[in-house]
Amino acid sequence: MANITNDEVDVVVVGLGWTGSLMSIELAQAGLKVRALERGEDRNNADFAYPKPADQYAYGVRNKIMVTPKDGALTVRHNMHSTALPTRKWGAFVPGTGVGGSGLHWTGVLIRPTPTDIKLKTYADQAYKPGILQEDMRIGDFPFTWEEMEPYLDKFDKICGLSGNTGNLRGEIQEGGDPFEGPRSNPYPLPALKDTLNCSMFAEAARKLGYHPFPNPSANVSQAWTNPYGNQIAPCNYCGYCSKYPCLNYSKASPQTAVMDALKRMDNFDYRVNANVLKVELHPDGKTARGVTYADADGNIVFQPAKIVVLAGFQFVNVRLMLLSGIGKPYDPITETGVVGRNYAYLSNGGTTLFFKDKHFNPFATAGATGQMFNDVSPGNYDGPSLGFIGGAKIHSSQATGTPIGTALPKGTPDWGQGWKEGMQDWYGHSMKISISTGCMSYRGHYVDLDPTYKDPWGQPLLRITFDWKENELKLQQYLRTIVNNIAQELSPDSYSESFLSMDSHWDITKYVSTHNVGGAVMGESPETSALNRYLQSWDVHNVFVPGGNAFPQNFQANPTALIGAITLFSAQAIKEQYLKNPGPLVQA
Amino acid sequence: MRNKSRSILLIVVVIGIVLALLAWAISLVLNRSGDPEAKMTQAITPELVSKGEYLARAGDCVACHTRRGGKPFAGGLGIESPIGTLYSTNITPDEKTGIGGWTYGEFERAVRRGINHDGSALYPAMPFPSYARVTDEDMEALYAYFMQGVAPIEQANQVNDVPWPLSIRWPLAYWRTFFSPSPESAAQSLAAAAEASHEQIARGAYLVQGLGHCGSCHTPRALTMQEKGLDESSAAYLSGSELNGWAVPSIRGMAHWSQDELVDYLGTGRNAKASVAGEMTDVIANSTSHMSDEDLHAMAAYLKSLSAEQPSKGGSERSEATASKLTAATDLSLGERLYLDNCNACHFVSGKGAPRVFPQLDGASVINAANPTALIHVILAGAQTPSTARAPAVLPMPGFAYRMNDEEVAELATFLRQGWSNDAAAVTAAQVHDVRQSLAHGHGQAKTTIEPSQGER
Repeated sequence: MANITNDEVDVVVVGLGWTGSLMSIELAQAGLKVRALERGEDRNNADFAYPKPADQYAYGVRNKIMVTPKDGALTVRHNMHSTALPTRKWGAFVPGTGVGGSGLHWTGVLIRPTPTDIKLKTYADQAYKPGILQEDMRIGDFPFTWEEMEPYLDKFDKICGLSGNTGNLRGEIQEGGDPFEGPRSNPYPLPALKDTLNCSMFAEAARKLGYHPFPNPSANVSQAWTNPYGNQIAPCNYCGYCSKYPCLNYSKASPQTAVMDALKRMDNFDYRVNANVLKVELHPDGKTARGVTYADADGNIVFQPAKIVVLAGFQFVNVRLMLLSGIGKPYDPITETGVVGRNYAYLSNGGTTLFFKDKHFNPFATAGATGQMFNDVSPGNYDGPSLGFIGGAKIHSSQATGTPIGTALPKGTPDWGQGWKEGMQDWYGHSMKISISTGCMSYRGHYVDLDPTYKDPWGQPLLRITFDWKENELKLQQYLRTIVNNIAQELSPDSYSESFLSMDSHWDITKYVSTHNVGGAVMGESPETSALNRYLQSWDVHNVFVPGGNAFPQNFQANPTALIGAITLFSAQAIKEQYLKNPGPLVQA
Repeated sequence: MRNKSRSILLIVVVIGIVLALLAWAISLVLNRSGDPEAKMTQAITPELVSKGEYLARAGDCVACHTRRGGKPFAGGLGIESPIGTLYSTNITPDEKTGIGGWTYGEFERAVRRGINHDGSALYPAMPFPSYARVTDEDMEALYAYFMQGVAPIEQANQVNDVPWPLSIRWPLAYWRTFFSPSPESAAQSLAAAAEASHEQIARGAYLVQGLGHCGSCHTPRALTMQEKGLDESSAAYLSGSELNGWAVPSIRGMAHWSQDELVDYLGTGRNAKASVAGEMTDVIANSTSHMSDEDLHAMAAYLKSLSAEQPSKGGSERSEATASKLTAATDLSLGERLYLDNCNACHFVSGKGAPRVFPQLDGASVINAANPTALIHVILAGAQTPSTARAPAVLPMPGFAYRMNDEEVAELATFLRQGWSNDAAAVTAAQVHDVRQSLAHGHGQAKTTIEPSQGER
């Protein structure tokens, strides 16, 4: 073990997933010397060549490409008065690692939030009478306008080869798309994926009940696509191995397929793998960072000097590095002072499984994003103010995979043995699901901080999450349950089983939901209530930028990746156009 | 009797020695071609160096003059030849071990005339019969680049692994005299051809025949190892050959591709119908992908201008029949079943693949070649597109050697050669076995892209 100091670079990027690769290529294109440090291993298309990833046990069950709990554990508790315990096995969410990060194993549903979603606080203040919403709710507006962010959403759509139906083209509502989407400057780059049987059944029933279904917007591309960086994404072949899997067909937009090959050609970019960043090092005045310290594969402690530090890890990783490095004041839920750690939010899901003896859904032939959804139950588009809760949901029928382990079987089917085998024989491929994926508000008592007890292999405290379901989210679930079951009845299945949160539910991290953890280092208008300004720049340490889901003040019903990509590109543009000319805070506090 | 036969033997030996000495003496005269004292006619400027760099790319000098993992242009790559292994030499401007001490005339003689610095003959592994066509102007630019644009590397040349008497070099002077044009005569034939053709085609001819030395692989060779034609005056020129067991396709006419598709292929290693595999992968990565659109169009236009046999009309009915059978997926042959399980995910039941990503199999020349070696090779070892400036994505096709035995590969290859509109002879397990053996010996492994150092300008 030695102490090493690397040559100085203009920009050090911590983490080489979606935000790290986008920041790297954008800043390298501006001529900056960029070095990315990735804690995991290197990964490229050839590592996942057909048919290696088609292995449910290795990837889907044993989380082959996720960070191990040893390297990425968190501690979790439901409230401030209990003791948090460490995650020893991933369940509700599965953070990635290695080049590509979680962008390698995401499903590829690439949907934008609505204009109301990004100004939720303004909407709530206007639409809800005082006292309707819970007193401890702490939602915020995103600190940019729809018009400002749309070009970056558009750019990210093109980087990913977004496939689907356009809903709102420059204010004109388009047939077959989402009428509730914000106006987009350009149509979807590629047509929608092919529908499977569940999609057409769901869409027909939903339409009959007055909803506005459209194909899940997909980054599993429908046709060969060459993106603005010159990278190529291949047409999806509906192999059925997508969410939790690396794509065996380079058909899913990921850092690998969409960014890395172009980035690797640049002489002013390089990257180190198995480089686990432990801390951002600040200058003595605490106003700027001078680089980062990381542990390399041999256990050497390496200092990487840099003029700009980009924290581009997963949400937890970014917030934890800020806390470990003293960037920004840690949040205290009692005094409600400090900002780093506040507004942690997750999401909930639920749904009803419908069984049809005489229908063949062929779930093995599907893309990860295959499905239809509608956005009618999103803020501003339904009567939330009189129902007494806020937030929304995507209501969808998706068929992401047909892998056998965990196949839904009718109630009463044994979990193992001969009875399970018979159940599989009778019912595999005979069910479809109608699901909800909800937004989640942020609350005074929901936050992340450093755990007082548990430490990582480097002796640094783990990150602690304090989170549970609140009345608002549980009421929303009850409302959605009614809608889902109305659609289910319309379809007249032979039988169905449902899974929704009841009003006395608590957050359960053992069952998979989605890896859409957000907040903790949120962006906002004021340094009193946010850790980052609109350019994802730390209010306190101006040469530290922190792109990622950590910047969301609350979670909306849309999947987060589209906006994460857009705010990252927006931030990169600000660094290129403003920060380089005049390094300092880009927004005056 | 004994004395008599002895004296006859003696006479024969003496005559033999005299003839050999005479032949050797004449070879010295033959090796006097060109002028080692010749000087550059212009000063070396940064523009000339950069022009030379471009031309060195067009000539793909780096491919042979760099060993695997070695420094660019420092030599040491082993090149298998019928007489033994030849090692490429250090052509960096290092004074001691490279060509730093060479005059322009010495450089010109080596490149265009196949005569080494010391006056000996070079082996024609150096494509001087093609390079003879390079103009004086371009030669000067190349010299400027190799003197001032390349980082000097001290690395001693490796002695060729050629046994005596094959290692005697002076007979090569005769080979050269018979089979390689002089720069003067090459210039005349290019000028004559240029008068007869369009300007773009003339530029293409210059690049294809000269620095591109496409004929080195694509033109069949005679027993005496010379290419059976160095320009369009021969019908054998670029009519396809064989290299390390690979069937190298004819590139005359290229009727199945448009000019734009040819340009896309040379510029990126992929086009709407095909992706590169085998030795051509490195040619694209290190040479053609660095050339200008204008020059690639010129090369493509020239290739398109060459007469070729008309390709057989594709049987679209047969193509549809294969697609239907694969879609129904009943009563499948082993080859068809293996196709669905291993290939269909990317190339689809139509065999059409996807533009610039998954090569089209219906009608592909690699599949329909008389010699199936290249096809077998790709099935066993896979292939991947090179990363180029115009198309950075490295898109791999996995090798299937570990998944299928010789019989299975033979069945699959036979299906490919006879499915859709394809029409070629069946493949045997023995043929697959042979390719598998050659793979085990490391043949045909693609090298990585070699980036000449740019730091030492």
